[in-house]
Amino acid sequence: MSDPVRLTRRAFLVRSTAAGAGLLLGFHLPARRKFAAAPMTAPRDDQPVEVNAWIEIHPDNSVLIRVARSEMGQGIFTALPMLVAEELDCDWSKVRAEYASANENRRRDNVYQSMGTGGSRSIRDSNDYLRMAGAVGRELLVSAAASCWNVLAEECRAANSIITHTPTGRTLSYGAVAAAAATLAPPELVFLKEPEDWHLLGTPVKRLDVRDKIAGKPVFGTDVDIPGMLHAAIRACPVFGGTLQQYDAAAIAKRSGVVQVVALDNAVAVVAESWWQAHQALQALPVTWDEAGHGTVNDADIRASLEAGLATDKAVIMAERGKPDVAFKTSGKQIEATYYAPYLAHATMEPMTCTAAVHKDGRVEVWVPTQNASASLDAAARTAGVDPLRVEVHNTQLGGGFGRRGANQDFTEQAVRIAQAVGRPVKLMWSREEDMQHDFYRPASMVRLAAAVNSAGQLTAMRVRVAAPSILTSLGRMYADGTDPVALQGIPHKFYTVPNFRADYALRTLHVPVGFWRSVNHSQNAYYREHFLDQVARETGQDPYEFRLGMLKEAPKQRAVLQAVAERAGWGEALPEHTHRGIAVETCYGSHCAQVVEVKVNADGTFRLLRVVCAIDPGHVVNPDTIAAQVESAITYGLTAALFGDITLHNGRVQQGNFDDYPMLTLAQMPVVETHIVASGDFWGGIGEPPLPPVAPALCNALYAATGKPVHSLPLSAHGLHLA
Amino acid sequence: MLELTVNGQHHELDIDPDTPLLWALRDHLHLHGTKYGCGIGLCGSCTVHVDDRAVRACLVRVADVSDKAITTIEGLTPDSEPVQQAWREFEVTQCGYCDPGMIMASIALLREKPSPSDADIDAAITNICRCGTYNRVRQAIHAAASKVANKKEAADV
Repeated sequence: MSDPVRLTRRAFLVRSTAAGAGLLLGFHLPARRKFAAAPMTAPRDDQPVEVNAWIEIHPDNSVLIRVARSEMGQGIFTALPMLVAEELDCDWSKVRAEYASANENRRRDNVYQSMGTGGSRSIRDSNDYLRMAGAVGRELLVSAAASCWNVLAEECRAANSIITHTPTGRTLSYGAVAAAAATLAPPELVFLKEPEDWHLLGTPVKRLDVRDKIAGKPVFGTDVDIPGMLHAAIRACPVFGGTLQQYDAAAIAKRSGVVQVVALDNAVAVVAESWWQAHQALQALPVTWDEAGHGTVNDADIRASLEAGLATDKAVIMAERGKPDVAFKTSGKQIEATYYAPYLAHATMEPMTCTAAVHKDGRVEVWVPTQNASASLDAAARTAGVDPLRVEVHNTQLGGGFGRRGANQDFTEQAVRIAQAVGRPVKLMWSREEDMQHDFYRPASMVRLAAAVNSAGQLTAMRVRVAAPSILTSLGRMYADGTDPVALQGIPHKFYTVPNFRADYALRTLHVPVGFWRSVNHSQNAYYREHFLDQVARETGQDPYEFRLGMLKEAPKQRAVLQAVAERAGWGEALPEHTHRGIAVETCYGSHCAQVVEVKVNADGTFRLLRVVCAIDPGHVVNPDTIAAQVESAITYGLTAALFGDITLHNGRVQQGNFDDYPMLTLAQMPVVETHIVASGDFWGGIGEPPLPPVAPALCNALYAATGKPVHSLPLSAHGLHLA
Repeated sequence: MLELTVNGQHHELDIDPDTPLLWALRDHLHLHGTKYGCGIGLCGSCTVHVDDRAVRACLVRVADVSDKAITTIEGLTPDSEPVQQAWREFEVTQCGYCDPGMIMASIALLREKPSPSDADIDAAITNICRCGTYNRVRQAIHAAASKVANKKEAADV
């Protein structure tokens, strides 16, 4: 195994006018591919030319823009190319997007930077270097045209993939000068456009991936078809942490299509000619498990552990300001409530899957729907015991991700192990039941909130205790002092003015695997906080909206979205009979979002979701239609969880298996969603997750308004609160 | 040998007659547009047409449809199919996994009820979408219905 070719990375300075004149940002120019190739060949006019790692210009003037993050429905396969194209000044109608290669990224010294797609980070973390890549590309193309004409580059301008020499009106296309541009040294300095000069960013550009998706053409992970490929179905120990004890391969050996039974540490897989054959044989395979002592854990034990976390005196203080204990002693009124939210599964439409081929020469290929191609590459390399540079990851389409397919690459590891054992390419696909029962779940948690209110109705102090498992700890990223800031996301709620405040955390260690679930712990913590604030407001005779506004005097962004949503929803205006509304606000993943939910409650206690009004401030707007789609998406996901989502444990096992016992919101139940983008335009916020956290508390607040009873745990179905 | 007619093409398959149609399509005919989502007929990702009616392919034995005309998403003409055109117009798609099933279900609905009410759509489109495209699905169905109606009106004139 030879060493990778060292890439010459040339640092140069970019002045971002958007960031203020004179501010210099260091920027590593993505190395050109020719630097990685040996021998170096001159670019040819009839071949695609890589202007830099992100941009390839073709002789027909079409532009290929590489995307290092994963498209899982959130629209970044369109939005990220828009960022490049805005500065490149290319013809958008000729732009195509393609995944950047994780292997190439490794080979070229991390030229594509992070490939992780989570935390709503795609736009907010990569907009700077993507816009710069576009600007550098444009400058190179303009310089090449200028040299061709033997004129000054300053006399030329670029628009729509055409460079014009302004004094003479001569033109050259990007395709015509791309080969020459690729030989030039990149500029020392490029200027990024001011937002008012954007012509593409901020417009409702049609998604690049819809045409193929409506024809059923894109290859999802489950659709991978490799010559000579076999199919695998898998069953992991139903008790988390358990291992495979015994299985009787002979019992299924004669079944049609069955090729091999593969034993893994904690799972057994059947490999067959088709997935159906593998799946059927697996159902018939006798298996016994070592349950590692967790085979008696029930939901009551989980709750008891969380309750013990509320009671312990060993919690770690994670946020404190003022003198909360003194304030509680002197306050007029105290309100306290305890909340619970259950484990939740991601339930992506496409179950976990990965196809692997372990070649005889030691190369490994995986075809995988992944939220982090680099993580998949590392997982495959680690599992196969090869150098990461020997691994090629082929990104497939993702049938949803929601946090399941990033940090945890269990499906990739399994596929590589099975392919290794079989000696042929294998497509592993989990059944829906396997997917439901072997997730990395949104952590269950219990939280106690206490508020002290003075005679003027102002919240003078709050104390919050969080008892929950830690996702970071489960990933081995535990903080030395036993804290986990992610567990307390949204709890210190810095935007509300609460002069005296303390939040502490009791880490719970349970056998259920936990992971990142769309908006992570903001999803349940915002429910606790925003629903509790309604309780405080109502018990002190205040309007929940006005009560919040009173605490947002120093938080203009949150105040703005709250006011916008109240205005658009007609807060304070009379509602039809039996109709009620609730409001909530949250800031997360760089954006601010407020929602009003309207419900109609029937005499029998059932209710209908009428409307969700949403105001969101993501700072800059890349594609307004994507924002609207993500708001609709996050609301659907959040409503499903609030209404029905409940993963429960019995004998150490998850009791739910499919959409019959883990139901999803349906089209008939879906409320109208009205999205109002209130963009303040001075920051880059996320969009995939921020619209999720407000919807559960806004819904609970609406039901609270209807019934007079707060909802101290989710899902609503566990309280007999059902949709009509 | 089992006979199967899919998208107008005749096939002979050497498979277990109990194999669900879904897996005959995916693993034997390599038509991957029809998706697996639940295997129990709840999510609708595997919706195909059997003699023009929407059917969940995970619940149908391949032997039971060997004399029927089966249409999958690959058998449509996206540039002229009003439902697919409406899908583009309203940018319905997010991850794209449920769309083939949703589209097949919507086309079958419009065949039965050319101008469906919201209640008709509620009753017919029970497919699950985790990305939350439901409201756009509804809009697209209404738009496709009026597109077909307009065309018909124009033809009648």
